[in-house]
Amino acid sequence: MSTNHPEVEPRRDHDWIMARVEEFKATGETEPRVARDPINQPMINNWLEAIGETDPRYKDGIAPPAMAQVWTMYGLDPTRPANDPLHGTMQMFDEAGFHSVLGTNCDQTYARDVRVGETVSITTRLESVVGPKVTGVGEGYFVTTLNTWWVGHGDDREAVATMLFRVLKFKPAKRAAKVDKTQLVRPQMNQDTEYFWQGTAIGELRIQKCNACGELRHPPGPMCPTCHAHDRGYVVASGKGTVFSFIVHHAPQLPGKELPVTLALIELEEGLRMIGEVQGNRDQIAIGAPVEVAFEKIDDDLTLAQWSVVA
Amino acid sequence: MTTAAGTTLPEWELPLTPTLIVSTAIATRDFQDVHHDRDLAQGHGSKDIFMNILTTTGLVQKYVGDWARTVVGPDFRIAGCALRLGAPAYPYDTMTFSGTVVDDESAPAGATVVDVLGSVSLGNHVNARVTVVNP
Repeated sequence: MSTNHPEVEPRRDHDWIMARVEEFKATGETEPRVARDPINQPMINNWLEAIGETDPRYKDGIAPPAMAQVWTMYGLDPTRPANDPLHGTMQMFDEAGFHSVLGTNCDQTYARDVRVGETVSITTRLESVVGPKVTGVGEGYFVTTLNTWWVGHGDDREAVATMLFRVLKFKPAKRAAKVDKTQLVRPQMNQDTEYFWQGTAIGELRIQKCNACGELRHPPGPMCPTCHAHDRGYVVASGKGTVFSFIVHHAPQLPGKELPVTLALIELEEGLRMIGEVQGNRDQIAIGAPVEVAFEKIDDDLTLAQWSVVA
Repeated sequence: MTTAAGTTLPEWELPLTPTLIVSTAIATRDFQDVHHDRDLAQGHGSKDIFMNILTTTGLVQKYVGDWARTVVGPDFRIAGCALRLGAPAYPYDTMTFSGTVVDDESAPAGATVVDVLGSVSLGNHVNARVTVVNP
């Protein structure tokens, strides 16, 4: 029997990224890529109309400097030369999980005017990759390429414009939801339930008790379901219990809540069950897991009884 | 009018119509879908299509050029344009350009350097430094 030696996928970590970057940088400047068209008045005219530029010189054979990059744009052809360092670097970052891109800097210099009839070509090299940096949009790398536009060939070529182009290639950060928790759906507070909310406000988990037969009940009601007495009181629970059942709610959005929320049916030590939200150690929740109550003050009118898994 | 440091350029308010966003993207040969196809742009997580960088470059230079033509002279030439990009420019917003002449010791002698801000409702779309020379 032969032994299999499966190809080990390289870890796409920072060292892998920077090693690939060095490979791209070592290739240096690309071969010149010639613009599809010579600089021409119709394309200039389209650009002038769209931008709203009215400088009369651009109607008369001089190309607007801001069009420098236009002449060598790839257009609708989706293929890219294998040696395009920006494209190659972007693909490498895609493989490493940095899928999003954002242009951050575009610095152009113009050595001289270029004119209708001239043909430019472009060369590109990877200038630098800096990262990982934590930015406002997420963690990523700043990738800078240096592009040069040339007129002429070989030793006679003349650099007419340059562009330092920097993009941030990043993993979008999970947005820290700014939730106003006071906007939550408020529980009903009335004659039957006020003892409960008065309790949470002072850090007590209260359970309704029938003063006639002594039975505990939850949720609260006006009458004892067993002896039908209307004489209600309460006891203060220990605040300890176990998870009887739970769900993790991802959607739809709930007012005043940051999703997901973990909702559990808690079996109290006193033998009753109560629904509540589990916040502490909620990644460790399991049926039967021990929990204890924790009070969350929403505002002056409302304190909720929440639950934490006892780690 | 003067090119002394501190001189401010008249503001320019540019309504960002879908036609502007799309026509400038195509005129700059930038066919990335996020600049002309709202469905795909939204599929990529964007609110809408948005202005491409080549257009921002063109608008900044038009803004400075309209001022420089009379103040610096009709033969002025733009020698450099450095953009720092910020908030996206979406349709139905307005871009307001403002500019100030600044001292820049790294600029060639005699050059006029203008710092330009292009702002949209979301904040600064572009901070640019444009170097104008008068040959």
